[in-house]
Amino acid sequence: MSSTGTAAATRAEYCVVACAEAWRGAGEVLASPMGTVPTIGARLARLTFSPDLLLTDGEALLLGDVPAVGAAGRVVEGWLPYRKHLAMVAGGRRHVMMGASQLDRHGNQNISCIGDWARPDRQLLGVRGAPVNTLNNPTSYWVPRHSKRVFVERVDMVSGVGYDRAAEAAPSARRFHRIPEVVSDLGVFDFETPARTMRLRSLHPGVLLAEVREATGFELAVPDEVPRTREPSAEELRLIREVIDPKGLREREVPA
Amino acid sequence: MNDTENGTGAHAGADKVMSARDVVARLESGMTLGIGGWGSRRKPMALVRELLRSDVTDLTVVSYGGPDVGLLAAAGRIRKLVTAFATLDSIPLEPHFRAARQRGALELTELDEAMFMWGLTAAAHRLPFMPIRAGLASDVMRVNPGLRTVTSPYEDGEELVAVPALRLDAALVHVNRADRRGNGRYLGPDPYFDDLFCEAADAAYVSCEQLVDGAELLDGGAPQTLLVSRAFVDGVVEAPRGAHFTSCVPDYDRDEVFQRAYAKAAADPEAWREFTERFLSGDEDAYQAAVAAFHEEEA
Repeated sequence: MSSTGTAAATRAEYCVVACAEAWRGAGEVLASPMGTVPTIGARLARLTFSPDLLLTDGEALLLGDVPAVGAAGRVVEGWLPYRKHLAMVAGGRRHVMMGASQLDRHGNQNISCIGDWARPDRQLLGVRGAPVNTLNNPTSYWVPRHSKRVFVERVDMVSGVGYDRAAEAAPSARRFHRIPEVVSDLGVFDFETPARTMRLRSLHPGVLLAEVREATGFELAVPDEVPRTREPSAEELRLIREVIDPKGLREREVPA
Repeated sequence: MNDTENGTGAHAGADKVMSARDVVARLESGMTLGIGGWGSRRKPMALVRELLRSDVTDLTVVSYGGPDVGLLAAAGRIRKLVTAFATLDSIPLEPHFRAARQRGALELTELDEAMFMWGLTAAAHRLPFMPIRAGLASDVMRVNPGLRTVTSPYEDGEELVAVPALRLDAALVHVNRADRRGNGRYLGPDPYFDDLFCEAADAAYVSCEQLVDGAELLDGGAPQTLLVSRAFVDGVVEAPRGAHFTSCVPDYDRDEVFQRAYAKAAADPEAWREFTERFLSGDEDAYQAAVAAFHEEEA
């Protein structure tokens, strides 16, 4: 333990730091977080180790400052309506962290519908921008409640493209395809295996490997020694608690 | 200032002002209809409500879907929907869209958000398709078996999706200001794709918060806020609060309280009948009066 505040870090705060790490070294690109915890994570990265990140207000403005979640920014540094946002995606200057209703071991993601597409049991959002995201800019995923309902053997509708589907398609599908990581309330996962299947990268402190296996609907690649997700520094905890999320919205998305 | 004063001559040019009823009278069952805005943002809701008062049906609706899609689906007017999503934004899932899909009530052409934009762009440019990377390897290709790929004729030889043009018979959009000739101005942060919808359509109808004349249109603002050109517009309708309950900033924000009531009613057939009776059984003035009464009750 490197600092005084770490003993008190909650699961939600480990998740924030794990999400922030997705944008480490990203450079001057747009961070597009979907969900509260990734939004806090992107702002933490911008305030600490990735100061060149671009952030939006969730609509068409690029923020010149880093307001608390839910608060309006005071400084606007750019304009990013949907048409320009889509150009940023296609040009690759963006790393998005999307949600997932279903996710399989190859990183295929579904947000469209559950069941047979022709007449779904549950209609969800639709594919939205998942196809364009996954083929053009790095796409990570955030799952606030890790369960077998989300981590499934097969997704019902491939919205975001996984490594197996990209490999089977034309080389143009693989050219810019990359899924850097998946963060859940239990741990961090990646696809750094020879077969490009999902691997446990780190367990959040307090989580047992058996819990992750129990909540995952397919066999995960697990290294012999499983690292722990890193501790937040005292300064990071201060930024999360006092500057970025003083209302504690993170604890609603990931209850202690 | 009028036309005489600014030297262009009195009565020059077509006056395209009409009523919402006039617009709907020009629509026919079976048409492909584009609807501007995005999700629950700046939707031409007054025109959609007028459409609900007509017997126009069997539509192919092309929309970044919000409650426009929900209301038309609930009324059984959509034969086929072309979209990438349907959402109320602050409420992630559009309840009527969801219900219509789950009972198999409409045919769906599900495209990615970027494919949709390039389909409209192809139509606006009178091209048969636009080549893009998005869609490859996803199930968008599986559920749209008619989609084809093209191979780049250049050295790279890349295989790309040929997104077909989304040509529209008619488009409906809502903007903050417009003049009588059909020039439309938006004052919010995002134009969405309203200009493209108009350019991709054989006939386009613009509703606006406020009809203004001559120099009042730009009103000293930036010229790039003049989003829609009259060259593509066939009718202009003044419809104050015509995007309600979606947002039309800076004129008004989304009516979140009303939207919650809409979504709640949509979840139950009996509640939906009551909602329809209360809000959608009269004309536009009756709608706006019922909304005002609703807010008085809520306050």
